Amino acid sequence: MSAERLFTFRNPWFAAGVGITSAMVVLSLIAGFVVLPYAATNSQLTSLWDAICSAAGVPRATVISETAKPDFTTSSVIMNPQMFGVPDTRSVGRGATLAMQCAICHGSNRQGQVDTPNLEGQPAAAIYKELRDFKAGARINAIMSPFAVKLSEQDMLDLASYYSYLPRQPGSHPDSAVDAPPVVARGAPMRNIPTCSSCHGTTDAKLGTPWLDGQSAVYIKAQLQAFASGTRRNDISEQMRNIARQMTSTEIDEAARYFASRP
Amino acid sequence: MLNSKRLVLAHFWLAFIVFGIALLLGEWQMFVRSPLNPWISNSELYYRSVTAHGSAMGYVFPTLIAMGFGYAITEFALKKPLIGGRWAWAGLALVAVGAVTAMIPVSLGLASILYTFYPPMIGNPFYYIGVVLVVVGSWIWVALMSINMAAWKRENPGKPVPLAMFANVAGAYLWGWTAVGAAIEVIVLILPVALGLKITIDAGLSRVFFSWTLHAIVYFWLMPTYIAYYTIFPRAIGGRLYSDAMARIAFILFVVVAMPIGVHHLFADPQVGAGFKFIQSVFTAMVALPTLVTIFTICASAELAGRLRGGKGPFGWVAALPWDNPMMLAVTFSFVMLGFGGAGGLINMSYQLDASIHNTQWITGHFHLIFAGAIVIMYFAIAYDLWPHLTGRALNGVRLMKAQLWLWFVGMIVTTFPWHYVGILGMPRRMASYDYADPAIAPQALSVSISVFGGLLLVVSAGLFFAVLIRGHRAAQADPGEYRFSVAVHEPVRVPVALNGFALWLTLMIALTAINYGYPIVQLLALKGNAVPAVYVGAAR
Repeated sequence: MSAERLFTFRNPWFAAGVGITSAMVVLSLIAGFVVLPYAATNSQLTSLWDAICSAAGVPRATVISETAKPDFTTSSVIMNPQMFGVPDTRSVGRGATLAMQCAICHGSNRQGQVDTPNLEGQPAAAIYKELRDFKAGARINAIMSPFAVKLSEQDMLDLASYYSYLPRQPGSHPDSAVDAPPVVARGAPMRNIPTCSSCHGTTDAKLGTPWLDGQSAVYIKAQLQAFASGTRRNDISEQMRNIARQMTSTEIDEAARYFASRP
Repeated sequence: MLNSKRLVLAHFWLAFIVFGIALLLGEWQMFVRSPLNPWISNSELYYRSVTAHGSAMGYVFPTLIAMGFGYAITEFALKKPLIGGRWAWAGLALVAVGAVTAMIPVSLGLASILYTFYPPMIGNPFYYIGVVLVVVGSWIWVALMSINMAAWKRENPGKPVPLAMFANVAGAYLWGWTAVGAAIEVIVLILPVALGLKITIDAGLSRVFFSWTLHAIVYFWLMPTYIAYYTIFPRAIGGRLYSDAMARIAFILFVVVAMPIGVHHLFADPQVGAGFKFIQSVFTAMVALPTLVTIFTICASAELAGRLRGGKGPFGWVAALPWDNPMMLAVTFSFVMLGFGGAGGLINMSYQLDASIHNTQWITGHFHLIFAGAIVIMYFAIAYDLWPHLTGRALNGVRLMKAQLWLWFVGMIVTTFPWHYVGILGMPRRMASYDYADPAIAPQALSVSISVFGGLLLVVSAGLFFAVLIRGHRAAQADPGEYRFSVAVHEPVRVPVALNGFALWLTLMIALTAINYGYPIVQLLALKGNAVPAVYVGAAR
């Protein structure tokens, strides 16, 4: 028996094993790479080789070469998690000096105007992205935009370092009696609304999202309405616009009130 | 003769303890996201639990069962002491250390990424390192199984390798190769990002590598079950195995076609070409073949036993079967669940039908019915069958065992059938919460609630299972006699070289892998600009 050679076509097991497997491979290759691509009703194949390449998943230039251009400025900020790794003390210092002009509206120690966000302790990425968007015109505000236009790239990084360096201040109107409304706690899966915490912290903090706890209800409501109406559209993948458009006005009120009540 | 009793017992107990904890987590998950409970308002806790449940049930529990059962088979079937006992203990230690290493960051909420990893989500590096340790520990087992079979063949030239050992080594080789995909994914693609050396990851390529592991891992889980079908069940019901050669062919088919088909998990992914999805769909259909062969052979073996017991006529033999035997019950339940689960699987593997249930709760129902149902119920039966030989004590309580098996079967049906149904209604899986007050979801509330009660039955069943095993340790000492595997109707005296080793079949397996995975992997490696920024889970808020 040890004399029985396995790797030869004289061995029936070898012949059958290799033969059947090869036949199946060849047949499924023909079906998957030739027959089925041609069978597709919307196929725009020019040759057999084209069919094979398309089935293999080779990237090809799409037939429609022109993409629609938006008639407004879109956000072009590209960030990665390491851009804002270790705060540099000199950058924080420069940011502190620059931030003196921000305090006119944003205040300090959470004592800013109700229609402005609190900046202390915000993630660096959130500060940096909004400043870049204001400067580029992707986000527009009559008061904020002129300030941002003057800022250099380094200025914006410094301000981001400074505000993320500051400790988060306690909220102005903490009220533990306010429970998270359903749209905040659960989102609304059927309307494609995830929980706020899946991007804005607690569950997960996506790069560039601000911290919402303790923000003014007026500001949050205004931003949600701006996203819903399309007057604010610097959310790169349209995620906030899609969410806000699906929220009812009651839900917007509840969410704003809830975050304002957070400590 | 079993020299490694403590080794095998250690594997089984660690496996079942992990299983018990993970089962409770599973039931908790079902409860908190059902309409029976107001939402816990913290989806992170939910995903933490899902990660722990999946990692424990997918990576640790079945691996330990396969390893422990494999060591027992080696000694029982080859009738000689295990070669490399110390290595086996080292493998167990690696699995145990790996499991703990992985579970600490999961418990701390630093790796809530689910057991399927889901790059670009990136968790704490210790989670991945733990998983790698578990896999490395199991690779020691793979090597030991191969070495033990080779040594036996050297000492017994020309004799057929006992079927149980042949099948055991088939499972080991299948796992050895199938684990390579996830190992490459974790070590080459994910760990550098988790350790902070890189900040972007090619999520598409990672998913392709994971699919390499993700499907065949189920067949690795399945192997102890199939080994029990062929080599324990016919003996346990007083019959003979219908065909030794068919059994070998079934295991060989698993080795060849179970692995290079994982892309059917990526039908909805854009990074693999439709042609490769089609080929792998064809080969996925082929995997039904060894299962159909098995069902035929095992039913034929049962018919033999029924007729030996005096059953007559076309169906009289069914009534004559020993229905009060827990093994009879377990295999029957296992087959029923395998039948439903397999039918669902045929839908999943069809390129177009898949579109209607992809990523829905149907999938969760499917793999629970197959793994937690058809497979795990046989793990229970294997434990019942082996326990007297491991403890040297009688395992009493047949009624308790039967109640346990019934509860597990009914519980699993009640859990997974509603999941399939809500999946067809469109309920997505992997979601932490559902607003059942929404009119669009409200019709699913009843089904989801029913499945929670199914889960409760499973918890009770597991409790009975532990009671039986613990009672087995405290029973009076008894000599269980020599452990026997099933004997075939025609006992093999000589088998062809092809059916006595794996050289040819491993070659075919690797060749098919190269054909089915080669181009998609090379293409993704060659394309620039696929990497996306990593999303660090559990990073500072």
